[in-house]
Amino acid sequence: MAVTADLQGHPPGSIFRGKPRWGERIIEKIIFFNGMVAILVLLGVFIILLREGIPALIETPFFEFLFGTTWYPVSEPPTFGILPFFVATMWVTLISTVLAVPIGVGAAVFLAEVAPRRVADAVKPIVELLSGFPSVVMGFIGLVLLSPWVQNSLNLNTGLTGLTAGIMLAMMSLPIIVSVSEDALRAVPDEYRQAAYGLGSTKWEVIWHVCVPSALSGISAAVMLGVGRAIGETMTVLMVAGGALALPELPTEPMTPMTAAIASGIGNAVQGGLQYHALFAIGLILFVLTLVVNLIAARILTAQKRKFARE
Amino acid sequence: MNIADLVNEKNTGLPPKNAPVDGKLRLEQVNLYYGSFRAVKDLSLDIDTCSITAIIGPSGCGKSSMLRLFNRMNDLIASARVEGLVEFDGVDIYQAGVDVVELRKRVGMVFQKPNPFPMSIYDNVAFGPRRHGIRNKRALDEIVEKSLVQAALWDEVKDKLDQSGLSISGGQQQRLCIARVLAVEPEVILMDEPCSALDPIATLKIEDLMRTLTSTYTIVIVTHNMQQAARVSDMTAFLMVDDDRSGTLVEYGATSEIFTNPKNQKTEDYITGRFG
Repeated sequence: MAVTADLQGHPPGSIFRGKPRWGERIIEKIIFFNGMVAILVLLGVFIILLREGIPALIETPFFEFLFGTTWYPVSEPPTFGILPFFVATMWVTLISTVLAVPIGVGAAVFLAEVAPRRVADAVKPIVELLSGFPSVVMGFIGLVLLSPWVQNSLNLNTGLTGLTAGIMLAMMSLPIIVSVSEDALRAVPDEYRQAAYGLGSTKWEVIWHVCVPSALSGISAAVMLGVGRAIGETMTVLMVAGGALALPELPTEPMTPMTAAIASGIGNAVQGGLQYHALFAIGLILFVLTLVVNLIAARILTAQKRKFARE
Repeated sequence: MNIADLVNEKNTGLPPKNAPVDGKLRLEQVNLYYGSFRAVKDLSLDIDTCSITAIIGPSGCGKSSMLRLFNRMNDLIASARVEGLVEFDGVDIYQAGVDVVELRKRVGMVFQKPNPFPMSIYDNVAFGPRRHGIRNKRALDEIVEKSLVQAALWDEVKDKLDQSGLSISGGQQQRLCIARVLAVEPEVILMDEPCSALDPIATLKIEDLMRTLTSTYTIVIVTHNMQQAARVSDMTAFLMVDDDRSGTLVEYGATSEIFTNPKNQKTEDYITGRFG
């Protein structure tokens, strides 16, 4: 270091600094830029959905669009009622959730609280690997293995039903539910378990009354992720849900969930045409649906945090 | 039918409640192993009913391990193994047929770090009674109030029983943990350095509390704080690590004797602060 005053006249060794820290400033700018890009991309997607979807909602009044039971995009005049798709999505999601949540949370409890550490460490990566299965492969498995079984055991005309799709979706959302719930349970401080055992609790009481409630925020997040996956999954439901356009009254009927409706329709739709806009409007509703699921999850999380926060 | 009959009827392998025996707790030639490591060696001592016994000694000498012998908390560690005789009211608690859940109801424990459950103050105290089958709201209300009064916390929290147990100060949290143990109506309370995370005022409150509780409870406390042992306890056990790194009992006797007239040179060195 030069033993002279710097440009501003500060003596060497003083707490003043003549030049700004450029490195710091540049890094701050880069991080700010990255954050903005992520937000802008999301905003852009939403704006495109709105721009392409709104025309359909002007052409077909919103309530008619949402509650209409017929989808005849090429008849004259065309009708765009998405209720069958909406109900199909609900059926498939409901079945998937009802199956996957108890099994997934149960498996997570087993891995985190009951299984020896060695077993848990071996099983968890395998479970997580399952979430990486391409959905087209899961659809194929559903087509070849599950649907004949569903058809025969329930004595149906076809094995390609909402139920079949729901079961496949349950399998696909299991890994994420197991993995995230298990992490949440592992994060429960051991002091809680010790305290509960010290009060004369059985293992089951410790798990059910201490560990699961303490991990509830994480477990609800896991459930919401699973639900989100079931709502958004496309390829598998396109392959095994049956593709019928009628309003499904039972889960054992063939049906077309909203994602499948978009995927199967977009190839035939003329860009800028009415059907094209209607498909975007379905996308918009899907987006709102997943947004609602996420908002509910966030509400649960913050309510939970507020209740148990340290001060 | 009284509680003692109920306990006997359930055949927990434990003695009837508050059986009239001289020694509440007794160790005879007890060795505790974690795997092949012997954590404590050849411990023998008697602990009287309604007394406060302090276990002191340098870090890592097996004080906590010794404390956890009495409610079988070491069972939670897969590699732990106990040799010798550990008696509660004259009954060997490591023999086959002993109901560990029942044992821990009667031998409660307060931990080093205040560890209230992430639930309301009320639910924390009601946790034990609820697990043991009390559902009646009024009965629970009574137990919660009584336990919090006993733990000298009632006046500070009576208006916020529905708030999180984690929202109160560290000293209050520790008294909440004591109330939580009292709600189960144990006979013995084991305390594992209950004041090490607390400031001096909170510490004094807990010590006062211990003195009032000793009329009905047998208390065993592990402490690093020798002034605390001297202030609060009737009997003191001094543990030290021997040559093969196992904790051994160096001296056990009346607290007044240990602190004024120790028989062992090592005890004297320790309490006068020459090491440890």
